[in-house]
Amino acid sequence: MPPEEPGAPGRPTPDWPGVRLHVVTGKGGTGKSTVAASLALSLASHGRNVLLCEVEGRQGIARMFDVDPLPYAERRIAQGLRESADRTPGLVHALHIDPESALLEYLAMYYKLGRAGRALDRFGVIEFATTIAPGVRDVLLTGKVFEAVERNARNKGALTYDAVVLDAPPTGRISQFMGVSDELAGLAKVGPVKSQSDTMMRLFRSKRTAIHLVTVLEEMPVQETHDGIEELRREGLPVGGVVVNAVRPRDIGDADLERARAHALDRAAITADLRRGGVALEGEDGGPLVDGLLRTAHDHAERRALEEAQRALVAGFGVPVYELPRLAGGVDLGGLYELAAALREQGMA
Amino acid sequence: MSPQTPAPATGGSGRGRPRVGPLAARRSTAPVLDVDALIDDPATGIVVCCGSGGVGKTTTSAALALRAAERGRKVVVLTIDPARRLAQSMGIEQLDNTPRPVAGVAGDGGLDAMMLDMKSTFDEVVLSQASPEKAQQILGNPFYVALSTSFAGTQEYMAMEKLGQIHAAAQADGTYDLIVVDTPPSRSALDFLDAPERLSSFLDGRFIRLMLAPARGPARLMSAGLGLVTSTLTRVLGAQILTDLQTFVAALDTVFGGFRARAQQTYALLQAPGTAFLVVAAPEPDALREAAYFVERLTGDAMPLAGLVVNRASPEPPGRLSADEAMATAGRLRASDPTTPTTELTAGLLRLHADQVRMTVREALLRERFAAAHPGVATAVVPALASDVHDLDGLRRVGDLLAGVVPSDDA
Repeated sequence: MPPEEPGAPGRPTPDWPGVRLHVVTGKGGTGKSTVAASLALSLASHGRNVLLCEVEGRQGIARMFDVDPLPYAERRIAQGLRESADRTPGLVHALHIDPESALLEYLAMYYKLGRAGRALDRFGVIEFATTIAPGVRDVLLTGKVFEAVERNARNKGALTYDAVVLDAPPTGRISQFMGVSDELAGLAKVGPVKSQSDTMMRLFRSKRTAIHLVTVLEEMPVQETHDGIEELRREGLPVGGVVVNAVRPRDIGDADLERARAHALDRAAITADLRRGGVALEGEDGGPLVDGLLRTAHDHAERRALEEAQRALVAGFGVPVYELPRLAGGVDLGGLYELAAALREQGMA
Repeated sequence: MSPQTPAPATGGSGRGRPRVGPLAARRSTAPVLDVDALIDDPATGIVVCCGSGGVGKTTTSAALALRAAERGRKVVVLTIDPARRLAQSMGIEQLDNTPRPVAGVAGDGGLDAMMLDMKSTFDEVVLSQASPEKAQQILGNPFYVALSTSFAGTQEYMAMEKLGQIHAAAQADGTYDLIVVDTPPSRSALDFLDAPERLSSFLDGRFIRLMLAPARGPARLMSAGLGLVTSTLTRVLGAQILTDLQTFVAALDTVFGGFRARAQQTYALLQAPGTAFLVVAAPEPDALREAAYFVERLTGDAMPLAGLVVNRASPEPPGRLSADEAMATAGRLRASDPTTPTTELTAGLLRLHADQVRMTVREALLRERFAAAHPGVATAVVPALASDVHDLDGLRRVGDLLAGVVPSDDA
């Protein structure tokens, strides 16, 4: 276990102190890879070392951090979020796990299968095992993650991590992904695979794992998050927090939002304000620019009302909720640090 | 080449110099996708909507199908995983693998909708290809259960299988003249286009053949290697699995030829001129990258690509106020003395405007780059709606936007 870090002044104690494995899932398109990367950066402040894993073969980490495509090896990709000038942040390493490499490594590690491993490849068994054999693909991917979490100082020369963040498959597949060991173990009723997957399940079901769900404040993703949480609970997998991503800016007050929805904003006053601020406007009523601002306000108010309804639903899930702002300029490395800081402020890391 | 910074605003834009802002940004040069021409063309028999997950494929497919139906076509839409309320509004809450009529469709055409049940589609194929006895043996095998539910690509393959079935039936009795297919949210574009090929090459694979006839023919030459393989598998997985696997492979061998032939037929159907592929994306780098990949694959495989649909585009902000000017004005207003009761509101509106300008500039740049890399791909840009879509009216609105019909102001 890493030493308990002293709480820095002015920020809450982290919500997941004993968690070594943070699994990040979410509906496609909600930004789970972005959240996983930001979480890794924020966990890596205070000199803690973090491993960020991806398993879907998309090389998303390499793109986000603007580095060359990652091999099946742990690469240092960034420094953690710097919290204050006098504290050195830890490092974030990244690992791109593909099932073929994981299987060969697994066979070599546990069965000393150098030659046989290659023979398996020649006979198409590797391809078979990693594409069709029930759950084998998933168990290989999670197996490598498990190994990284459980690694300790006894493994000479290997890097050890205080936390591992897994950019996991989407919500629809997550409990199958995390629980496949059960499916596999059910199939392999005895034997080494069974005992290995049992050990993995012990970690995944324990308090040292948290499965976080990423959503945006829209109906379908929120519904899917709800269903996902229920399913994880049913399967006995530890639900972490919900990260609400891409939250719209909230700089218009509630009363004004109401008026905007009712098309009842004070046009004359707004036009006068704009003129006072030095904006050149056409005509008495401010012309097309003011038309547009009012229309934008109306659409924004509609969206915000929907968001509020979804926000209330999310609040009812009974898990910690974190919110991340929508970055109008898109997500780049700087944006990731910005999001990491927001997660840290809200106590996720 | 250095990357362009979005919305480079100059301080002097009020002094007669050319404006630098969203309206000055170069527009994407992509030709406009004429959705109505596509769905009105009687030669269009199949529209396949593909793209990465979370880009609004299901909504696009449903909106397109409804629009085509209300313009007089006899349409069936195959969806994979619609949002619950959308499914309800279309009357397809149950997964029974049969097209059901959608109520409330205007006009002379018609619309049926169906939600794909992957497993029962697969079961149907097995039942139709194998003797009842053999079929039961296959359906109960644990490897079959895994293959039919979790083999990457099975869902894609089954969507295509169902498409083939419906197409054959429609050809025979004229039930439908247009089939709209929503594809599963694939991890990657590969899953969808390669699924038939992967499934058949898997079934045709060396390993499978070895399992079928371990001591026959040329395999005997490799028997030393094979012995190593089987003993390894037994060590790693246990003997029971190997037995199950052998049973499975032997049983599947019966339906095997059928699978291959069907996969090839489906592939040919997709390449046929009556098929149109629409690649759906969102104005995000990842989604557009996937879309680019799809476009390249479709072109490479000689699949008929109709165009690109970019969903959820940020609405174009009005006027000629750049993001920086808006932010500067907001700052001046907040610092001004005295303030008016609406100062905060006006500043907030300016900030919203700035945000929107930045987003549209970024999105326009992304689309422009896509168009530069894939010239000639007709594109429809669908602005984000202010509310979620879960009824036919919502779908009609999306249909209008797809077809480029500008909605009236207070819709």
